[in-house]
Amino acid sequence: MNAIKLLLFIPFIGFLGLLSYANKIEPYILGMPFLLFWVAFWMVMASIILMIVYKFDPDNKGSDSE
Amino acid sequence: MNISLLIISIFLVLALYLGIKARNGKDMDMEQFAVGGRGFGTFFIFLLIAGEIYTTFTFLGGSGWAYSKGAAAYYVPAYIFLAYVLSYWLVPKIWRYSKRHSIISQPEYFASKYKSRSMGMIVAVLGSLALVPYIVIQLKGLGIIVSEASYGAISPVAASVIGAVVVTTYVMISGIHGSAWTAILKDFMILVVVIFLGIYIPVHYFGGIQPMFETVQAAKPEMLVLADQGLSQSWFVSTVLLNALGFYLLPQTFMVVLSSNGERTLRKNAIALPLYTLLLLFVFFIGFTAIMEIPGLQGADGDLSLLRLAIQTFDPWVIGVIGAAGLLTALVPASVMLMAASVGLTNSFYKVLVPAATESHQLIVSRIIIIGISIIALIVTVTGGEALAILNIMSYSLITQLAPSLFCSLPKTNIINKYGAMAGILAGVLIVLYATIADVKVATFLPDTPHVINDISTGLIALLFNILVTFIVSALTKHISMQQTERNDLDKIS
Repeated sequence: MNAIKLLLFIPFIGFLGLLSYANKIEPYILGMPFLLFWVAFWMVMASIILMIVYKFDPDNKGSDSE
Repeated sequence: MNISLLIISIFLVLALYLGIKARNGKDMDMEQFAVGGRGFGTFFIFLLIAGEIYTTFTFLGGSGWAYSKGAAAYYVPAYIFLAYVLSYWLVPKIWRYSKRHSIISQPEYFASKYKSRSMGMIVAVLGSLALVPYIVIQLKGLGIIVSEASYGAISPVAASVIGAVVVTTYVMISGIHGSAWTAILKDFMILVVVIFLGIYIPVHYFGGIQPMFETVQAAKPEMLVLADQGLSQSWFVSTVLLNALGFYLLPQTFMVVLSSNGERTLRKNAIALPLYTLLLLFVFFIGFTAIMEIPGLQGADGDLSLLRLAIQTFDPWVIGVIGAAGLLTALVPASVMLMAASVGLTNSFYKVLVPAATESHQLIVSRIIIIGISIIALIVTVTGGEALAILNIMSYSLITQLAPSLFCSLPKTNIINKYGAMAGILAGVLIVLYATIADVKVATFLPDTPHVINDISTGLIALLFNILVTFIVSALTKHISMQQTERNDLDKIS
């Protein structure tokens, strides 16, 4: 496993690990209670992190294996 | 016939037509039938994996949970997007190995990795055990949607039967190609319907999404956060982790992975899929609006909140379109589930019993099994009552018991052997069955257990025992498996 893939842990640790701080109604962000915004925020973050990993992952260089 | 029923019927016929037409130009062998000749690119794989997000359970159940249980419903998109993150690392490995060994089903994968037919059989049985309740949920949801959306012109039972006949027909003819083509129609419809309803309904009743939430907050603030006990934070975290681990172990998702045309297709999909789960937020907006607008739905009737609210709001033709979208969210996942169960059973049981069976022979058997599973699922749909909810929770808890043997099988040298793997799976499965059927929690044995521990998902506790047994038995049987290897893999799968 190359090091860049360690970034994949971030959504698990960030989203679930900090859940107890996010379990509240206020402040509202983008019209959503804070907890729901927290869920949405990490969905977007997950995509961004995956994009970064994809870009730097040596497995995606060259021709598709097999 | 009313206008909404007419629209639903048109989409049903269209789905059947697309599903059957999908076969065109394909020379059907087992590999084509089960995994589309491993030829699906990014687009189809996206739709097939996304098919898992918008099943009837998420359509009705997602809004239904938001309606009856509030923020606890967020667990659904949460485990799905985390499963996609995990998939970036996990599924290319599965795909690569399966391609090299011409594997087309999940039980075959385990049988090959552990060089054990018994392992394949255990996985096939466990997979089917987890799939049947899932298919039942789709058929039941289909019945509810069509019956409600046709204003009662069609009974739920009749709708379930018609749906089962359609899906069985096109799966038998086109295999997974049928699912892929109907998935296009389905995702287009569901996108339009969910986004439209999710924005229109809160705006229509409250003038916006935030005003809607503020109204809910004023009346029932407890709906917008996780509870202190019961569906609490520890329940949320443990359930999300368990389901995220289990997501790609569901036989139908595993099969979709195998039908991809390459590893990079799977990685690219992992990037886009978490954004797609954002759409589930719109389903929640509908559920939360329903709390204020149609109070009083009790228990399982919470699942009706989306449709009841829509019927109260819109003209019949809009209800027809919603009903059609709902119908498709049942058909597509159900079709892949039927395939996965039937191919798994054909490969792990029939091929073992009749080693001389030809490809065309196996195809016939797969189709017969599809009909068999359809009929079983229909019978459970029509006769089953409350037990369904229990089965649903069990599905994920059961299938996740395969996680230790899957993850250990990925590195070059496997630190566990087949004895440990099988013992661990059995231990985990027995704990899940016992805990679910006898309805026990940690507090049953240790009454002083704090809620933080007691709320942890039973499946995750079973998984811990599973891992323990897997490693202990593997260590104890190390000697046996070495001897076996020396005897030149007598039971090796060809």
